[in-house]
Amino acid sequence: MDNAILTLNGVSRSFGDFKAVDDVSLTIREGSITGLIGPNGAGKSTLFNVIAGELSPTGGSVDFLGTNVSRLTPDERFALGLGRTFQIPRPFGRMSVLENVMLAPMDQAGETLLGAVLGKGRIRDQEEAIRKRAFEVLDFLTLRHVADQPAAKISGGQMKLLELARVLMGDPRLILLDEPAAGVNPALTEILIEKIEELNRNGKTFLIIEHDMDFVMRHCDPVIAMAEGQVVFEGTSVEAQSNPILLDAYLGAPLDA
Amino acid sequence: MIGIISYLVFFTTVASILGIAVLGLNLQWGNTGLFNGGVVASFGAGAYGTLMLGGPAQDGHLGGFGLFYPLALLGGMLAAGVLAWIVGKLTLRLRHDYLAIATFGVAVAFENVMRNATSITGGAQGIRGFERPLRDVLGDGFTYNAVFLAGVLVVLLLVYVFLERLTVSPFGRLLRAIREDETAARSLGKSPDRIRLISFVTGSVIIGLAGGLYGTFYAFVSPQDVLPILTFQIWAMLIVGGAGNTRGALAGAFLIWGAWTFSGWALSRFAPVEAQLYTGSIQFVLIGMVIVGMLLWRPQGLFPERLIVSQPGRNREKTQVEGFT
Repeated sequence: MDNAILTLNGVSRSFGDFKAVDDVSLTIREGSITGLIGPNGAGKSTLFNVIAGELSPTGGSVDFLGTNVSRLTPDERFALGLGRTFQIPRPFGRMSVLENVMLAPMDQAGETLLGAVLGKGRIRDQEEAIRKRAFEVLDFLTLRHVADQPAAKISGGQMKLLELARVLMGDPRLILLDEPAAGVNPALTEILIEKIEELNRNGKTFLIIEHDMDFVMRHCDPVIAMAEGQVVFEGTSVEAQSNPILLDAYLGAPLDA
Repeated sequence: MIGIISYLVFFTTVASILGIAVLGLNLQWGNTGLFNGGVVASFGAGAYGTLMLGGPAQDGHLGGFGLFYPLALLGGMLAAGVLAWIVGKLTLRLRHDYLAIATFGVAVAFENVMRNATSITGGAQGIRGFERPLRDVLGDGFTYNAVFLAGVLVVLLLVYVFLERLTVSPFGRLLRAIREDETAARSLGKSPDRIRLISFVTGSVIIGLAGGLYGTFYAFVSPQDVLPILTFQIWAMLIVGGAGNTRGALAGAFLIWGAWTFSGWALSRFAPVEAQLYTGSIQFVLIGMVIVGMLLWRPQGLFPERLIVSQPGRNREKTQVEGFT
């Protein structure tokens, strides 16, 4: 595909003898909201960690925006425009929600030891700009009212939104969301979906792991399914709902399970 | 009366010097979450470095360069920094308890080297004959101690301001993020390994500065000054005062040093004669109990870390963080 943002070429990741991800090749189109489904243990989160750089592949390569990023660290990949959230939220618990969000922008002049202590005016201006932007993002994700709370004290759903807020501060082009709706109350899930779709209309690409099939079928297109470390299906959400392999491998259980 | 004032000057000097060391440890542990179990190695490197560089020529050990005092003190800080950089490069991939064990080992090794490398360090005799700066002007009496205290307080203030500015800066924010969750920080484009090393070395340089001042004050340093108990004392100060809170760290230094000297005095005065033989050991037990008790009942310390929040018009408003884990 010509507008590929992310391409995996035969990516594998083993833990000892166990192949968690086994020769996965796939392409994510820029501008899509791609759903990644599969039963527990299918290798979805491992694949996410390989894409984000938290794990290195034991085989194959990861190309992001035409560059092989297989050997880059997570921070280097974030700098290139590849952001991710975690299945279990990882807030900076003893920092305020606002600080969590203000941390994320790259290249902050005040992030060096000497800059922090010596560079006064420039850092203050930059901090003001970051703070303004942080409040915009918090407003967008309905978190403004908890801006001054310790991040450990907000609800699980708000933590999911906070992770998205942090990622957005880095202005990534591709955002990996690991089970954004899991354990989130329906009202917040609706907000999350609305925001994801709005961001998508403004050009952000999403790759989303989600167990909630209703969520995936309604909001993700295309859909990729994994089982036992391999891709077993790739197609539109309409195709997914009538695909015999999928029904057998994953949807064999009732749709809302 | 003069006796009491004189004692207060002495007490405040030592407490302030230890307070500087606590501030250094607070940067490492309170802000960055680095469990440095070898505080005394940095302290010792600063003390030995300063006295060797600034002292007169003496046979029996390396040193006697007679450097201009501020240069000697800077040299001591540099020695602590270089040592920390090497240790940091080797161990910073370790986390929490493993880092604590490794750094504790380094400190014990440091003490043993100081004790046994006689030709370099003077061995058990230590480094003697150091002439304190400005002694020819101020003499050796009360005036000298008062002026020295003033100098120490100026240094303490500079370190305090430096660290307070650092805490509220984006760099301080970055340190806290790494303390809270390194993986998440890395996923947001930060490089934790580099930042941890910077924090570890900077904190150690500050602890080395305290060591340099300590050596200067006594004009003497020996392996007895770099025993593990000092590491525990400095940790107790930080835990009691409040890790992550600069003012708390300072308050802890004065409180624990006060309690330490008071308990020594009280034991020597009121304890049965048989028990007085064990005054030092009893104090060790007491300080251990203080650390354990605080961790059990008030782990956030007397002055807990404050949350940095932003409210309209007041961008440094802070409130207390509840639910410290």
